[in-house]
Amino acid sequence: MKDTITEYINSRFSDVLLPQRDINTNLLYFSIQKEALPTVVQALKDHPEFAFTYLNDLTSIDWLGKREPRFEVVYLLRSPKNKHFRLQLRVPVGEGEEVPSLAEIFPAANWPEREVYDLMGIPFSNHPQLERLIMPDNFVGHPLRKDYPLEGPGQDYLIEDLLTIHVSEDITG
Amino acid sequence: MVMYEKTAEHFGKKFKDLPEGHLLVNLGPSHPATHGILQNVIQIDGERVVDTESVIGYVHRCFEKLGERYDYNQFLVCTDRMNYVSTPLNNIGWILTVEKMMQIQVPDRVTYVRMIISELSRIMDHIICNGIMGVDLGAFSGLLHLFHHRENIYQILEKLTGARLTTTFCRVGGMERDIYPEFQSEIKTIIKGLKPALDEFEELLIRNKIFNERTAGIGGLSAERAIAYGFSGPNLRAAGVPWDVRKDDPYMFYDQVDFDIPVGGDGSALDRTLVRMEEMRQSMKIIEQLIDGIPEGPYHADVPHTFLPPKDKVYHNMEELIYHFKIIMHGVKVPPGEYYMATEAANGELGFYVVSEGEKSPWRVHVRRPCFWYYQAFPELVKGGLLADTIATMSSLNVIAGELDC
Repeated sequence: MKDTITEYINSRFSDVLLPQRDINTNLLYFSIQKEALPTVVQALKDHPEFAFTYLNDLTSIDWLGKREPRFEVVYLLRSPKNKHFRLQLRVPVGEGEEVPSLAEIFPAANWPEREVYDLMGIPFSNHPQLERLIMPDNFVGHPLRKDYPLEGPGQDYLIEDLLTIHVSEDITG
Repeated sequence: MVMYEKTAEHFGKKFKDLPEGHLLVNLGPSHPATHGILQNVIQIDGERVVDTESVIGYVHRCFEKLGERYDYNQFLVCTDRMNYVSTPLNNIGWILTVEKMMQIQVPDRVTYVRMIISELSRIMDHIICNGIMGVDLGAFSGLLHLFHHRENIYQILEKLTGARLTTTFCRVGGMERDIYPEFQSEIKTIIKGLKPALDEFEELLIRNKIFNERTAGIGGLSAERAIAYGFSGPNLRAAGVPWDVRKDDPYMFYDQVDFDIPVGGDGSALDRTLVRMEEMRQSMKIIEQLIDGIPEGPYHADVPHTFLPPKDKVYHNMEELIYHFKIIMHGVKVPPGEYYMATEAANGELGFYVVSEGEKSPWRVHVRRPCFWYYQAFPELVKGGLLADTIATMSSLNVIAGELDC
């Protein structure tokens, strides 16, 4: 399976494949250009032999200070027809760049994409409802980014508030 | 600080021009039937559901971010808090991922015990799901009838791990301690009592006319839609799709034990309940095959850089003291790599995607939690149905807020 799928992707999508890093992993993976993502995913899903009909997982990695471009969105597709073989697609994304949404191909992509948008700050184009999912709507920043302050920007206000209350409090009665 | 101001605005926008006679109902965030802090904003026309929006995130604790701060053993504690109804299943999923990355082969004894505890946890989870579903629909005695058996399993966990809820079961390379002498006999007693109790539960609740009519054909989803929404576990199998990670991508010794995968038909709330009932019986079947054959031997692999050495050696031996110190201060050493490992938790496929750069903590941890994938289908499941049926649908999905928000 590994060889046939590699051969298929290499021959069919050679123009959108990006150079791969040597990763120690238990998954077969391909790096592809973000513009070509829906086409590749749709082709893999519709292919009668491979039939990657199940979106297994969708997440992102922030490589701040390690690699360029900064982000990578990672898709895990599963082919139940081929003994539940898993294939990983990786899409490098720079800061502020958009990734095409897969919500039309897989309805399952809706929430995971919103989660990536919310926590990592990567927007998805053509997403039906691109809003924050987990954090409140008025939350500032994207907490899963590597440069997000661990205590959160809200923490400063909290300490300030506490100090103000105690300073102005009249404890003498 | 006003946290939810904009959220209210958003709902105002979405449901602004309600037609004459339509009502907006807030189910949750704190409602006994929402199984945790979950909010559903439901637009109803009389008793019919027109549109729904689910809001999550009320118990979000940013575990994935914590995973990037904590070392591999420390993150085990976070996994306890995900699906808190069956904690050992999360623990085992995480530990197996780390062991896979470190290429550690654990002794058979450890794998046997892990499998037995996994299946006991599955039973525990299904008891709660089916029992609480009865409570949500107005039948309390079913839950009470099985709760005693769940308590028995908790006592096993308590003796084995020292905790009931936050078990932190297993360590990288083995278990924290060996099983206690009565472990096998106690589990056999539990199973002996549980078998007739499950039959009685089925007679009592599932064959009950009211329960049947309130769940049959409610909140169903076709097999194609269930797959499209990323369903897994009992909810997917109820729709007639026989997928189970234990069979499809076997881990531990699941390929060597004999068990069946129960499947349903229309994926309705009743089917989900029935699939869970049968899964409990299959879990007992697995435990019965394993319980007498637990091999003798050590309860951890021989990997000194990973496993805390016994205390008497630490006190008298410099090498062991250094290992002890290194593991506590620097954690285990995981080679660089990216791994995805899936296990069949009670709710479905629980996957851990870990990116290691060879440092003390993972560079990135992602949890593929089963609830998250099927709860997004909730609006589709309840659309057009009755408001009262949303409760049955939600109960049958087994949404656990701790796992959903993570």
